[in-house]
Amino acid sequence: MNAVHAPLVRIEGVSRSFGDVVALDSVSMEIRENEFFALLGPSGCGKTTLLRVLAGFSEPDSGSVTLGGLDLLALPPNKRPINLMFQSYALFPHMSVEKNVAYGLEREGLPKDEVRDRVAAVLTTVGLTDKARTRPTQLSGGQRQRVALARAIVKRPKLLLLDEPLSALDRKVRSEMQLELKRLQHEVGITFVVVTHDQEEAMSMADRIAVMSAGRVQQIDTPVDLYQRPRTMFVADFIGSSNTFAGNRVDAGIDVDGVGILPGHAPWPLATSLATLVVRPEDIEICEPAAALLAGVVIDIQFYGGSSTIAVHVDGHATPIIVTCQGTTAVERGAQVHLAWSPEKAVILGEEA
Amino acid sequence: MRSLGWLRLPLLLTYAFLYIPIAVVVVMSFNSSKMPFTWTGFSLRWYGTLLEDTAVRQGFLNTMVVAVGATIIATVLGTLLAIGLARYTRSAVLEAYALTPAIVPDLALAIGLLVMFSAVGMTLGLHSVLLAHVVFGLAFVAAVVTARLGQVDPSLEEASRDLGASATATFFRITVPSLAPAIIAGALLVFTLSLDEFVIAFFTDGPSTPTLPIVIYSMVRFGVTPEINALAAVLLLVSFTVVIAAQRITRLTDSV
Repeated sequence: MNAVHAPLVRIEGVSRSFGDVVALDSVSMEIRENEFFALLGPSGCGKTTLLRVLAGFSEPDSGSVTLGGLDLLALPPNKRPINLMFQSYALFPHMSVEKNVAYGLEREGLPKDEVRDRVAAVLTTVGLTDKARTRPTQLSGGQRQRVALARAIVKRPKLLLLDEPLSALDRKVRSEMQLELKRLQHEVGITFVVVTHDQEEAMSMADRIAVMSAGRVQQIDTPVDLYQRPRTMFVADFIGSSNTFAGNRVDAGIDVDGVGILPGHAPWPLATSLATLVVRPEDIEICEPAAALLAGVVIDIQFYGGSSTIAVHVDGHATPIIVTCQGTTAVERGAQVHLAWSPEKAVILGEEA
Repeated sequence: MRSLGWLRLPLLLTYAFLYIPIAVVVVMSFNSSKMPFTWTGFSLRWYGTLLEDTAVRQGFLNTMVVAVGATIIATVLGTLLAIGLARYTRSAVLEAYALTPAIVPDLALAIGLLVMFSAVGMTLGLHSVLLAHVVFGLAFVAAVVTARLGQVDPSLEEASRDLGASATATFFRITVPSLAPAIIAGALLVFTLSLDEFVIAFFTDGPSTPTLPIVIYSMVRFGVTPEINALAAVLLLVSFTVVIAAQRITRLTDSV
């Protein structure tokens, strides 16, 4: 964990529409100093628009954005203490790696010596010293990404924005770069804001995540809280996999038609009596008939090496219940099993507002 | 790569068809005979005659003034037009109208320009030829640069702004260099087209300042002399030199 300080960026009531499409609907959030923050959501949720508002390439219709008290919206993109790493990396093809990295410093009018030293230092940080004189077109995807990163952090911005930083890389390089980004963020001590649609990426890198959908912020929390205590069905569904049961709220949990009363707890106040119970696959156990909440027939087993996933059909419930257990499992397809979970592992959520 | 087999023959004939006329002109320019079509021996006398011919010298100078002037103006305006169209409009109609002068028949353009020049009471001379060549040249440059703009990552300019560059610095340091291969190619096209353009120049030129193609035309009217062959060979050399030079430059700057 980084040392997290006071709020650095304050976004208040920011809205932006493109014609009839509402890209941002009164979005508010605080991004803290020295934090690795992720904007997570499916495509079209407004995360990229918000990033462009921060960078200065899109003007909100209303709302305010401040950085350490500075009104960002009054500044053009080239005057903001913010840098953006583009999804395409946007490396200048007619310049060598070192010229690309030096570009931002030269625009500040820094002395030649300082530019040279800082470029050399940052190329060491990202491990590309030997590629200084290479053109970007001759580099691999991972190397280009490092150049883009170096070009942004060499400016020592207060805030670094990263637009889908890993989407152009193949799977193996991606997980390496994930670690690399986190290491770099610690090393340079800059606040990072990453835009991504990949929940695993956000979960593994970010200190806090803002989950967005249809232009609105659904929830801002740490990865663990998002997973264990989702606020809305959207979050429960988008982060990880889950089993859901819709029914009526009763004291002990919810009453599901044709299944019975299932235990759970409601971390947030519920607006209506209609509610949904959410249980993660790994929180469901196969148990003795006496302790069972549900009984069903195993319809499929998938073995993933470290874990196995069992799909169980329960009468009265349309979708199969997914149960994850460690290692291999003794149950077989077609077998009758009994399922249970402890109430504190099952979250009850109200209807979507 | 598959073997050509008997297809080698038509290929050879096609290339012969393309290059024999050029070869004939170059070879016959070194002919010592006064008759243009009978070879009597090697000589450089026609190149000498060419140098002493004041009409040809003046015509060449006039043509260079027009070609260089039209190239500069058409390249600047055509590049700006292409960038402007790409940035500020999505109108396909506007774009089509920008490129049309490149495909309008020369004769139509020539007559139209002549009518327009006389309508506004403009005197005819090198300046009117230059303007006329800018008209089609601009369209060629705009076409080439527009094609290039489609291949350049639009976030390059945003990246430059993001790194602290002003709009002006971004234009000269990022936009122009990333379009450089197309700008050079466009300029080259205008230069070579203007160099031997006859129809439009014939209509829009004044009587006292003939361009080289007009000079050649008036010479040929009294029969082809070997001097014409030498002149054609010189023009060929100029065109080839410009094309090769431009290709070198383009290869150096092109990296997308």
